[in-house]
Amino acid sequence: MSTIEAKAGSPKRRLGDLVFANLTRAAGLTILLALAGVAVFLTIEGIPAFTAGPEDLKGASSFVVYVWPLLFGTLLAAALALAIAVPLAIGVALTVSHYAPRRIATLIGYLIDLLAAVPSVVYGLWGGLFLGPKLVPLYEWLADHLSFIPFFAGPASTTGRTILTASIVLAIMVLPIVTAISREIFAQTPRLNEEAALALGATRWEMIRLSVFPYARSGIVSAAMLGLGRALGETMAVAMVLSASGVVTFNLISSTNPSTIAANIALTFADATGIQVNALIASGLVLFVITFVVNFAARWIVSRSEVSV
Amino acid sequence: MNRTSLRRIAAPSAAALALGFALSACGAGNETDNASSGSSDLSGKLDGSGSSAQESAMDAWRAGFQKANSGVTINYDPAGSGAGVEKFNAGGVDFAGSDAALDPEKGEVDAAKKRCGADAIEVPNYVSPIAVVFNVEGVDKLNLAPKTIAGIFAGKIKTWDDAAIKADNPDAKLPSTKIDPVHRSDESGTTKNFTDYLEKAGDGAWTYPADKVWPIKSGEGANQTSGMISAVGGGKGTVGYADLSQVGDLKAASIKVGDAWTPPSAEGAAKAVEASPLDDSRPEGDMAVKIDRTTTAAGAYPLMLTSYLIACPTYDDKAKAALVKGFLTYVISEEGQQEAADNAGSAPIPASFAEKAKTIVDSISAK
Repeated sequence: MSTIEAKAGSPKRRLGDLVFANLTRAAGLTILLALAGVAVFLTIEGIPAFTAGPEDLKGASSFVVYVWPLLFGTLLAAALALAIAVPLAIGVALTVSHYAPRRIATLIGYLIDLLAAVPSVVYGLWGGLFLGPKLVPLYEWLADHLSFIPFFAGPASTTGRTILTASIVLAIMVLPIVTAISREIFAQTPRLNEEAALALGATRWEMIRLSVFPYARSGIVSAAMLGLGRALGETMAVAMVLSASGVVTFNLISSTNPSTIAANIALTFADATGIQVNALIASGLVLFVITFVVNFAARWIVSRSEVSV
Repeated sequence: MNRTSLRRIAAPSAAALALGFALSACGAGNETDNASSGSSDLSGKLDGSGSSAQESAMDAWRAGFQKANSGVTINYDPAGSGAGVEKFNAGGVDFAGSDAALDPEKGEVDAAKKRCGADAIEVPNYVSPIAVVFNVEGVDKLNLAPKTIAGIFAGKIKTWDDAAIKADNPDAKLPSTKIDPVHRSDESGTTKNFTDYLEKAGDGAWTYPADKVWPIKSGEGANQTSGMISAVGGGKGTVGYADLSQVGDLKAASIKVGDAWTPPSAEGAAKAVEASPLDDSRPEGDMAVKIDRTTTAAGAYPLMLTSYLIACPTYDDKAKAALVKGFLTYVISEEGQQEAADNAGSAPIPASFAEKAKTIVDSISAK
């Protein structure tokens, strides 16, 4: 009797609702806790590195000097990868959403998604053993003919294990995510806008330029930022492809290249002891912060352009 | 070797994603539950950690020792020489394997003494020749004097038809290809021994001190021995250095020892160790070898590295002391050395060293 009354009086307290609400809340909280846990760990373990001396930092006089070439390499490789991947991804996404016949479009979509399923170790092997050597003639040509551009100053690497090769591999790795998001955004362009543009006599390209791109701009930016996040943190492919020396250079085709933070951690962690471990963790903190900044920047850009649309 | 290096990369890359988890997870060994009846009176579990280069030899020793003593489990975590020594000094493992002797300047000797309550023991468990490998079109055989090698790796000798290389190889047809010297981009005992050789034997052409980290910030860097081999094999005019057992199809240069050109070999490395004195600044029981890089002994190949096993002279637990003693005795025994040579391609330690190591290992006891 009393139980029936209680149920009727307060429907909120139904067991299923309560359990489900708490489960979702716990799931949300877990993400926050995990993130906070990583941040706290990186900070606490990283602090000793900020005051470390040259003997613990591979000869660098301070942590900033130690981490700067790594940060430079990380940003350079990621920026190059994006410069290659984003135009390509937009092209692929447009093909799928607007140009190709439906059956071929679906097939291309599947193939691109398949790229995302290949483990990064495999990309590393492919990049280092196959792609790199195949690119050597190109690098030699660039060094012979375009060496007045600082990017191609040479001397060309004889193994092809350069930062440009690493960036190409990274570009292929970020292609699926950028393509997938762009494709979704393009497909959501209001049909009316497209038809209106075509009705006014626009060619298909003009229609895309006038109605699809303005509508999709913020989506493309957030897709690119997600890709950038992946490129910044990619470890194995870079570690296996790149011939790294810890320098700062814009020369993209020589065998002397800057390393990246993630690859450096992977390569040196096994033999690191004492403060060296703290230095690696501190460099991880730098990467963590950079990734955060990139994500916030992306959100800000997206929110700003949404207002203007 | 590929498996080894992948695992070695995989652990730290997991660490990059979730450092905290990886730190505690790395140590998981290959524990096997051995419940069958023991054929000896040894039983229990022994944990070791250290050099990943020793992993294949260690696998052979673990298998051999566990076969002979079915109640025993030996775990070995190939976390790297530095990490292994650190774990040993912190009391986390019972023994460590290292590609370099404990470094007194880094306080490793003192830390080990503190951990054991007495001077730690350190015995060589194998020697390994380091080959200078090259990939030059049309050149099958190459002689290189130490000074020439130093000049190549310091970047002073830039093409394969340089006068210095021609002087070492009067009969060879050398192309004018650019030399692309490859070094290890990770910290490595091989690099330390190679740079030590260049410094001591290079006749002034090498001006950097011996270090695990390659001292020059330019040139082709490759990760792990497998990366080195694929970089040298995949390039043009490349030259590098790697453990002889790992060079595969690549060609190895002969180096100048005294007046003779000596190709790398396990016997040559053993001879070079035999010709080298022990470091007499070390405590009794520490067999750190001061490798004589400039030895002129016939047939010796002084470009090599010595690996060590590090353990305590006394253990609290009687069973543990017996186990460490039993395992180390097996490793340095003729049978154990042969097992490693067959399975890992390492060179046995010379008999005179094995004898001295045996007396040291025999002294291991319970407190």
